[in-house]
Amino acid sequence: MSEELLKIEDLSVSADEKSILRGVDLAVGRGETHVILGPNGAGKSTLGNAIMGSPAYTVTGGRITFLGGDLLEKAVNERARDGIFMSFQNPLEVPGLSLTNFIRSAVEMRTGQKVRFFPFRKELLRAMELLDMDPSYADRDLNVGFSGGEKKKAEILQLLMLKPSLAILDETDSGLDVDAVRTVSRGVREFQKDRESALIIITHNAGILSSLHVDRVHILVDGRIVAEGDGSLVDEISRNGFAAYENKA
Amino acid sequence: MEKEKTYVEDVDRELYDFRNAEKDVWKVGEGLTPAIVETISREKNDPEWMRAFRLKSLDIYNRTEMVDWGPDIEGLDMDNIVTYVRPNTKMNVDWADVPEEIRDTFERLGIPQAERASLAGVGAQYDSELVYHNVREEVAAMGVVYTDLESAMHGPYGDMIHDHFMKLVPPTDHKFAALHGAVWSGGSFVYVPPGVTVEIPLQSYFRLNAPGAGQFEHTLIIVDEGANLHFIEGCSAPKYNVANLHAGCVELYVAKNAKLRYSTIENWSKNMYNLNTKRARIEEGGVMEWVSGSFGSHVSYLYPMTLLTGEGARMTYTGITFAGAGQNLDTGMKVVHSAPKTSSAITAKSISKDGGISTYRSAVVMTEKAAGSKSSASCESLMLDDISRSDTIPAMDIRTSQADVGHEAKIGRISDDAIFYLMSRGIPEADARAMIVSGFADSVSKELPLEYAVEMNNLIRLEMKGSIG
Repeated sequence: MSEELLKIEDLSVSADEKSILRGVDLAVGRGETHVILGPNGAGKSTLGNAIMGSPAYTVTGGRITFLGGDLLEKAVNERARDGIFMSFQNPLEVPGLSLTNFIRSAVEMRTGQKVRFFPFRKELLRAMELLDMDPSYADRDLNVGFSGGEKKKAEILQLLMLKPSLAILDETDSGLDVDAVRTVSRGVREFQKDRESALIIITHNAGILSSLHVDRVHILVDGRIVAEGDGSLVDEISRNGFAAYENKA
Repeated sequence: MEKEKTYVEDVDRELYDFRNAEKDVWKVGEGLTPAIVETISREKNDPEWMRAFRLKSLDIYNRTEMVDWGPDIEGLDMDNIVTYVRPNTKMNVDWADVPEEIRDTFERLGIPQAERASLAGVGAQYDSELVYHNVREEVAAMGVVYTDLESAMHGPYGDMIHDHFMKLVPPTDHKFAALHGAVWSGGSFVYVPPGVTVEIPLQSYFRLNAPGAGQFEHTLIIVDEGANLHFIEGCSAPKYNVANLHAGCVELYVAKNAKLRYSTIENWSKNMYNLNTKRARIEEGGVMEWVSGSFGSHVSYLYPMTLLTGEGARMTYTGITFAGAGQNLDTGMKVVHSAPKTSSAITAKSISKDGGISTYRSAVVMTEKAAGSKSSASCESLMLDDISRSDTIPAMDIRTSQADVGHEAKIGRISDDAIFYLMSRGIPEADARAMIVSGFADSVSKELPLEYAVEMNNLIRLEMKGSIG
C-alpha cells in the first residue's frame, strides 16, 4: 500500500443516541480510490459525516488518524484545511452568498493565501465548462434554486477547485439522470488524475463506478464492514445485490 | 475573505466611538422653555415667521401626550437634554477652513474622501450646525441648490421653504414632531429644477459629539417635474453614559414624473434615542425609493412614510435593521395610496441577537381613490439566538375593492446544517455565521452605493464578532 493518508480503527458512531457504526476499520493511501457499498441505512453516510466531523453524529469509540494526526480532536474547518473534503448528499442553500465568493473564500482558507481574482475566475470557468455548468451559475447564490443535478455538479466544482488530499463523495450519483452521472464522473476522473489524493466513494448503486478506476471496495452492512475486495466486487453486487451479505452483519 | 478596495477602511467600533472635548462651543441650557426657544431663534437669525412657528410648536409640544405605544423611552428625560450646541465655527465651503478637530472627525468617517471620489455635493453637520456644505460646480450650474436651510430662508428660495417646511410633517403629527418644530437646527435644503438629472449622489452626514445633547436637523428636498436625484444621509455619534436624542425631520417632495432615491445608513451610538420622522409626497408618475439600514441607537422609532398622491406614482422600500444587546429598534414604513394605479413594493429584513429586539411595524393604506393600485410586502427576520426577539406588526387599511395587497413574513434561524456545510469547506464558525448573515442582508446592501454596502458588511461582521456561544 502507498503512503497512508487516512486510518480508521474500530470506529463506533451514534446519532440521536442510536448506535449506527459498530467497529469500522478502514485504511486509505494516497492515490487510491475506495468504494463503500451497502444497502440503505447501513451507515455509509454516517461514516463520511464522522470523518468530516458533523455535529449531528457522536463518535463513541475508536480512532481516526489523518496524515498521522488525531483527526477527532479537530474542528470541522480544521479538517477541511488539512485536506479533507466531503461532497454533500443534500448541499445547503445560502442566499446572498455567490458560488464564486464562496469557493474563493474556501480556497483562501485551504491555501492560507489571498486568491488573485482573475486567474481564479479563469480556473473556475474552465472547471465549470468541464462539468457542463452554465457560467451564469458562478454569480448565483450558493445552491439557491439549483436543481438536484446542478447542486451535485457544484459540489464536484468545489472538489476540483479545493484540491483536497482526501475527498469523500456521499451518494453523489443519487437522483441524477444518466447524462448528469456521466458529467459528474468526468469531474471525478479529473480529480483522480492527481495521484497524491485519495477518494472515498459512498454509494448504493454502481452506476457512477462504471467509468471510474476503483482500487478497493468495502461492503458496509448494519454498521460493519462485512466484505472487502477489489473492483470486481462492484460487478458482483451489481448482479446479485446485497442479499448474500445482509446476514453476515 | 477578499476585502473590496475602498476608502471605507476596515471598520472597528473606534471609527465611530471617538469623542472630541467640547471646546469653545456655545450651547443653551438643558431642558425646554420658551426662553430657550427664543434664544435659539435669535441665535439662528430666524425670519419672523420661523420664530412664531417655533413658539407655536413648543406650545403644541407642551399640550401633546408622550407616545404610549412602541419601545420604552422612559430613560429619555427632556429636562436633561441640551437642544442646541453650536460648534466654534461657521459653515465653510472648503474643508481647510473647518477647525482641525472637527475636520479630523469627518476625515476619520471618510466624508471628504467620499466627496472627492463619488459625490456631487456634501453637507456635514456637527452637533447643531452645519460646518461644511459644498456642491460641485457643474451640478450647481444646472441650477441644483444644495445648501443649509437657515441661509436659504433669507434667499430667493425663502418663499418655497416657507410653503413646504413642516407641511408634510406638521408639528401636530406627534410630540417629537412638535419638539422638532420648536428647536430644529441644521440639515439641508435641496432643490432640483425640472428635467435635471443629478448623475451622482448628494450626501449629508450628521455627527453628534456633545454628551446629553439632541440633534434636530431638518432635511427638505424638492425634486421638480421630471428631475432625478439620489440623496444619501449618514449619521453616527460617540457613546456616552447619558441619553442623547435625535429627532430629525425629513420632508421630500417628488413632482410629476420625478424620481428620488433616499438612502440612509444609521449608526448612532447605543445611548441614542432615535425618534426620527421622514415623509415623502409623490405626484403623478413620480418614483420614490427608500433604502434604509438601521444599526445603531438604543431605541429607534423610524417609519418613513410615503404619500402616493398622483396617478401611477410608485414607491419601493428596502430596509434592514440589526438589533444587538440593549437595542430596541422599532422600524418599518407607512404608505398611503390615494390615487389610481399607484404601487408600492416593500422588502424589509431584520436581524436580532444578544437579546436585541427588532420590530417591523408597517401600515399600508388604500383609499377609495386607489383603484388599480398594488402593494406587496416581504418581511424576513433572522434570529441569532434564543434570547433575542423579532416581531412583525403589519397593518392594512383597504378602502377599495380594486386594489391588490399582499404581505408575507418569515422568521428564521441559522441552521446548524448550513454552518457545518460552510465549515466543511474550511471556513471557521464565526466567519460562517457572518457569511450567512451578510448573505441575508445582501438584497439590501445591493441597493446601496458600493462604499456603503462595504460599510454595512463591515458593520455586520463587527456585530457578529464574538457572537458564538
